[in-house]
Amino acid sequence: MLALLAGLLLPACAPDDFSTDEKKIIRSLSLAELAPLPADPSNRHADDPPAAAFGASLFFDRRLSGDGQVSCATCHKIDRQFQDDLPRGVGVAQTDRRTMPLAGVAWSLFLFWDGRRDSLWAQALTPLEDPREHAGNRTAFAHHMAATYGERYRRVFGPLPPLSHLPADAGPKGTPAERAAWRAMAAADRKAVDGVFANLGKALAAFERSIRPPRTRFDRFAEAIGRGEEPKGEAAFTALEREGLKLFIGKANCLECHNGPRFTDDHFHNTGVPQLEDAPVDRGRARAVAELLADPFNCLGAFSDAPAAACTALRFMRPDEASMERAYKTPSLRGAAGRPPYMHAGQIPTLDDVIDHYSRAPQAPAGTSELRGVVFTERGRKALVAFLKTLDPVDSSDP
Amino acid sequence: MPAQSETGNSRLVKSLLGVVVAAIAVYAGWNLLAPPPPQVDVAYNTVSADGLYQLMFETDVEPIPVGQTHSWVLTLTTPDGAPVTDATIRVDGGMPAHGHGLPTAPQVSTNPGEGRYRIEGMRFNMGGHWEIRIAISAPPGDDAAVFNIEL
Repeated sequence: MLALLAGLLLPACAPDDFSTDEKKIIRSLSLAELAPLPADPSNRHADDPPAAAFGASLFFDRRLSGDGQVSCATCHKIDRQFQDDLPRGVGVAQTDRRTMPLAGVAWSLFLFWDGRRDSLWAQALTPLEDPREHAGNRTAFAHHMAATYGERYRRVFGPLPPLSHLPADAGPKGTPAERAAWRAMAAADRKAVDGVFANLGKALAAFERSIRPPRTRFDRFAEAIGRGEEPKGEAAFTALEREGLKLFIGKANCLECHNGPRFTDDHFHNTGVPQLEDAPVDRGRARAVAELLADPFNCLGAFSDAPAAACTALRFMRPDEASMERAYKTPSLRGAAGRPPYMHAGQIPTLDDVIDHYSRAPQAPAGTSELRGVVFTERGRKALVAFLKTLDPVDSSDP
Repeated sequence: MPAQSETGNSRLVKSLLGVVVAAIAVYAGWNLLAPPPPQVDVAYNTVSADGLYQLMFETDVEPIPVGQTHSWVLTLTTPDGAPVTDATIRVDGGMPAHGHGLPTAPQVSTNPGEGRYRIEGMRFNMGGHWEIRIAISAPPGDDAAVFNIEL
């Protein structure tokens, strides 16, 4: 009986339950294998510490919104993996998509669930003037920079342009009155305000680049496996966790999209997730490509610091809309177990339901789902969940 | 040879045959269970389908990376080794086992001469068997080639 109990409590799998190939894959998922922080040539302030410190202040500044109540941190909560636990983010009003966590965001090739922006700074600008998120406008942001951050702004980006003659509220995406005021401005003034707006995004991006994925129990396990050692202490996995990992890298086909140290291929896939009933038809990536190409703040635009040749994500982006119908970006699975609900609009409430979705592989509401369906045993489902929990951030006990 | 000895030999042959058959059965069983070895010719040089061209490529990142956009330099020659300098080249590909294409749309960006072509925007978003298809249009004729890559 005692032996049986000990057998249940101790990690029971034999040390050689992973093949050489499997061990190679396990190592490839470890944070130790993460590439160095990729440069962002479109943002010359990306790795400038004063810009990052300025961006941190802006991240928590609620005055960067139409009603003075919404900051980036309203949805990207610092103590909740920079997300909000809601099915759909709520700024000034409810949006149509799930708030994305921010750990490791600087490694992303395209931003947002549909990848409609190609840099972190261009991404940061979008919610600022979205009427359901910050609901702000460009001249109000520029005036706020001058009134509140004049000296800090100047030290990072140089002097602000003359703004006092410009309307308090004007922008190309605001209310009809704000849009009319924007159209009435001189082209040179609009461009100067756009420059300040772009810099605001560049400071926010410099801050967000510092948010790295934390090391997890899985990483300690994978590092030991990578060294050819048997993981010990907290790094040792239970039999169930080992089985879950084996399923994850094998039969369950998870690696097809969730690969590499961030558990994402940075690409877009249709996985047959249902369309929301109370929201407009969402075509995912299929609609985002045209929007990205038209974005004045993209890598090839006037506010980018990159030479055109450096804009590889944009230049070699696939234009094929058909395969991108209802395709969404593969999210990282680091920390995912601790942040339900799941999918791009929080359609699936729990991890068990997610596994059920991948098992059933339902038909997509539009386009074609890439899922082929997987048969899981009850224990297999439990094992996968147990493994995914090893990717959660470890509490303060982390050395 | 004496009959007795023949019988003994034939017993030996039979038992050896039994061992061989058993070994083959075990080997076949093992092969059924083990993942199949790659059936493809994994090489960085190849000949086009109609034999009009020889192709060779090098990458700017070694080994070929997963999850990183990188460039190739493709060298195109006739079968006798003469560089083909003014070809129109299109690049496509995907993973036959998964039924999906490349995550990017790579293009020839520069043509440094001597039959070399720089292909930018190459990206592989998972490990496994990838097929890169190269369509060539040049004075010797239209032809196509395939590189099989294991990542």
